[in-house]
Parts: sequence; structure tokens; C-alpha cells
Amino acid sequence: MTTTAPPRTGKRTVRKNHPGAAPRTRRSGRLRRISLPYLLLLPALVLELLVHLIPMIIGIVVSFKELTQFYLRDWGSAPWAGLDNYSLTVDFDAPVGEALLSSFFTTCLFTFFSVGLCWLIGTAAAIFMQETFKGRGILRTIFLVPYALPVYAAVITWAFMFQRDNGLVNHVIHDQLGLTDSPPFWLIGENSFITLLVVSVWKGWPFAFLIMMAGLQNIPREIYEAAALDGAGVWQQIRRITLPSLRPVNQVLILVLFLWTFNDFNTPFVLFGKSAPSAADLISIHIYQSSFQTWNFGTGSAMSVLLLLFLLVVTGVYLLFTSRGRSATDA
Amino acid sequence: MPKHSQVVQSRSPMAPPKSFLVSRLVFLTLLTGFVLLPVYVMISSSLKPLQDVSGKFQWIPSGLTVQPYFDIWKTVPLADYFMNSLIVAGAATVFSVVIAIFAAYAVSRYSFRGKRLFTVTVLSTQMFPGILFLLPLFLIYVNIGNATGIALFGSRTGLILTYLTFSLPFSIWMLIGYFDSVPRDLDEAAKVDGCGPIGALFRVIVPAAIPGIVAVAVYAFMTAWGEVLFASVMTNDATRTLAVGLQGYSTQNDVYWNQVMAASLVVSLPVVGGFLLLQRYLVTGLTAGAVK
Repeated sequence: MTTTAPPRTGKRTVRKNHPGAAPRTRRSGRLRRISLPYLLLLPALVLELLVHLIPMIIGIVVSFKELTQFYLRDWGSAPWAGLDNYSLTVDFDAPVGEALLSSFFTTCLFTFFSVGLCWLIGTAAAIFMQETFKGRGILRTIFLVPYALPVYAAVITWAFMFQRDNGLVNHVIHDQLGLTDSPPFWLIGENSFITLLVVSVWKGWPFAFLIMMAGLQNIPREIYEAAALDGAGVWQQIRRITLPSLRPVNQVLILVLFLWTFNDFNTPFVLFGKSAPSAADLISIHIYQSSFQTWNFGTGSAMSVLLLLFLLVVTGVYLLFTSRGRSATDA
Repeated sequence: MPKHSQVVQSRSPMAPPKSFLVSRLVFLTLLTGFVLLPVYVMISSSLKPLQDVSGKFQWIPSGLTVQPYFDIWKTVPLADYFMNSLIVAGAATVFSVVIAIFAAYAVSRYSFRGKRLFTVTVLSTQMFPGILFLLPLFLIYVNIGNATGIALFGSRTGLILTYLTFSLPFSIWMLIGYFDSVPRDLDEAAKVDGCGPIGALFRVIVPAAIPGIVAVAVYAFMTAWGEVLFASVMTNDATRTLAVGLQGYSTQNDVYWNQVMAASLVVSLPVVGGFLLLQRYLVTGLTAGAVK
């Protein structure tokens, strides 16, 4: 290895550290210094490649194949399908495309409301709890419970509460308040959208709360003190200082909430089982069902690739838009 | 400015007016009710006999029994599922944290080609929908098994590998921020004292970043403990985890809701307990790492 050309980038620190060392030691030391970061990153890189990047590439390849259960043992031998899978999924007049489109719109609507409510509740709770008061510590612990509970345990409890005949929800609105003529169904039909939304917000808002609390800690107290001396009230301080200071945190938080909610599989899966009612047929469940119920991986992969493209475009546009807006106000 | 308000301001710069106090009280009370409602249902229903959870919901249980807590272990092999979840989540956490420590150390303390590419790539894997690589990963594991005899599909190993990559990107990201906040002078001093780069990492940086590491470990464990999608496809009867096993309390005609609630409570205890004990670290970890 001593014949290897010395690395092009001479590291300043190396030169400084051993000015009098023999050239040979210096060179191997330099090599080690250069390759050490890569060695440290290697395990993370290999695993990310194995579990995320290679599967993604295979997924793209498979989306151009006619992969049914007969080819599972040797997926490479499945016949090429060209663009058939894609034309099937985007033919919105045919049943497959129509169902996909409706699932897509359902997911968009669901994501919009869920992210909006999670953000609103999380932000409001964090701002209300910025100042210390009696019981604040206990409240904070309570508020983190939905985040800490395993998804399936929490969602299965909600599924019990939304049962038609023995659930809490119908007991309250039908038996106790008498709001309906007959106990409504919550886990099938149109109402399932509301059910999904309630559970998703219950589960999701504490994350927004957690991030917002962390973000609030980074706002210097002196700003509030100065504003108070200038006569600004609490509401004004929140509007003029707190909310603008949270903008950078919001940029990341809303993006993360959007991606998690849009891709959510766990909540509808535990709530409704393998086939969700069409009013709550989120895209992940839809793709799962079209792949593992029908064992048609080609079509499922084509749908996944389209979903990824959509998320990439939305994320790109979002980052471009919000970053530009931020630098414009800074200038 | 009148004297009175001056005094109030010096006590607290945000001396809140009544409108603020009232809205805070109303909002936080309603929110607490919303948050605790399922917890109450879970606890109270887990102590009811089966006929009570099958009939109309009762706010106040008419009869209390601890029988469900004994039955849950017999109706389904819950202890096995528990063991599987513990092994899978425990191993995924240990590997994920160690690997994240190395990667974050490299990014925080060295400059090298492709550093930005690495962080961006790793973070962007977070946005991939799980469903996108579920199908191919399923194929990869099945084919690796056929070619080499290493059983990844249906095994705990496969699940551990998968789960540890789920928490890895966020863990690396958070630890980079945390390591950055540890003064460089400390590890430079250790190196002068004769520590190698790895020695400096484990003797100086890791001890100084314990809160961040604890936060990352809690996050990794919770991620693995609660995952449903891959568990539902990649496990079999022997390796089933709690996420899938909990659905075993419903038969064709009947759901043992009291047992479902008791089991939910039991499987939640390890994570909720751990999380609440360590939440202080998680909040400081987030402040230092994620939110900058």
C-alpha cells in the first residue's frame, strides 16, 4: 500500500500535528486519517443501502415487470411488462386507476386535516405551557402519553371505543346525549374518515408539541422582557415574537408531519384491518392490499413509484417555497 | 407606566392577563380529557368481566375482576410474542445506537468528501413510504434465503436488520447535533494525552453526550416496539411480535375486549414507563440535536 499515491487533499491538521515525523509514518497516518471517517460511516451506509436504497431500485425495476406469485421464487425471470403496470394504474376510467385516484384524494384530504390539527393543537399547547405554572410538569408527562404508547395498543383501544354496540362513543352520543336516532357505525362507511382523523390527531399532536417545546426553549428570554417593557401584552408577544421565531422549526415540523401522515399505514391497518372502508382507504393500505391480497407486485410497485415521485415533487416544491420565503423576510 | 404593573413585570415578563389564563385553563383541561380518555377506557375495561365489555359501555364498572390479566397469557401465546418483541426491539436498539454513534462522530469531527451527500441521502430515506420498500425487501429476503440458506424472511434477524435502519437516520441526525455541542477542546486534549480517535470518542464524547444517546436509544426502541407493517408481513407463527399478536384476541364471532385492553396495557408498560422516566433526556436531546 505504500506505493499508493498520497491523498490529494493534504489535511492541515496532519501537517500541524507531526511536523518532525518520518515521511513513512506520516503517510500512513495521513491515509488512516482520511479513511477513518469512511470506516466509521460504513456500517450505516451498508445497512441503508441494503434496506432502503437497493430495495428502492428493485422496486423501480419490478414496476416494469409482470410479477405475480408464480415468479416470487425468482423474480428476475418475471416477464417484462413495459409500461403496462403504469398505464393500468393511471387509467382512471378503469376500476384499478379509479380506486387509486379516489384513495389518493382521500389521503390528501386526510393529511391536510390531520397535519393542520396536529400542528394547531401542538403549537397552542406548547405556547400555553411556555411559562411555568402549578402542575405543568405533570401535564407535560400526560401529553406525551399518546406519543409513548405503542401504535397498536392505542389504536386498538380507539377501535374498541368506536364499536357500534359496546363502544364509548355511541354510548355518549346516542344513549346519554340522544343525538342520533340509531347508533351510527364508525368503523365502516362514511364515518370511518372522521374516526381515522380523530385517532390520527390524538396520536400525532404530541410530536408537534414536543418539537415546539424544544423550539420555544431557543427563544431568548430577553426579547420577551424587552417587549414587555415596551408595553406589549401576552397575546401580542405571542403574535409578534413567539410565532415568527418558530418559523424555522415549523418548516421542518410540517414537512415531517406531512410525510408521516401521508404514508401512515399503522393507524388504518389496526383500526380497520386489511381492507379499509373506501372513505378511509389511505394510499399505503391501498397499495398493500393491491400487492399482498392479489399478489400482483408489478402493479403495487408501479403505484409505490408514483407515490414516491409525488412525495419528492411536493417536498422539493415545499422546501423551495418555504426557504425562499424565509430568506426574503430575512433580507 | 403605573407602579403596580412594574412590580408584576419584574416578577415575570409575561404577567398573563385574565383572558390568557382562562383560555389556557379551558384549552388544557379539554386537551387533558381528550388525551386521557382512551387511557381510562383501557384501564377500566381491562378490569371488567367479559359480559360487561360486550354490552353497553359503562363509565363506572359494575363489577371488577383481574381475571383478564391471567387469561391474556392463555388465549394467545402472549409471552412468546413479548419475548420476540423484546429480542427484536432490544437488538435493533443496541445496533442502531452503536452504528449511529460512529456515523455521527465521523460527520461531527471530520471533514471528508461526500459528507453532505451522506447526510442528505440518509435523511431522505426517512421520507420513503414504508410500503415502497416493503415489497422489494420481501423479495430480497426471500431470495437471499433461497440462495444462501440464511433465513431473513420470517426470522428475527431480518426484522432486526429492518428496524434498526428505521431509527438510524433520525438517530444519526440527532447525535450529530449533540456531538457538535461537545467542545472540540475536550477530544483534542484526550488525543494529546495519547487516546486514539476511537478512544477519544468513547472516553470523552460519548460520556458527555449521554442524554442524547439515551434519547436516541428510547426512540429506537419505541420505533421497533410499535412497528406494524413489516411485522405483519415478515413474521411467522414462531417469530410473531406483539404488534401482530395482539390481533389474536378476536375470534370469528367474538372479541375478548377486556383481554385486548389488559394485553394492550401490559405491552405498553415497558415503553411508556421507560419513555416517561427518560422524557427529560428526550426533550433536551431534541433541543440540542434536532431543533437548531
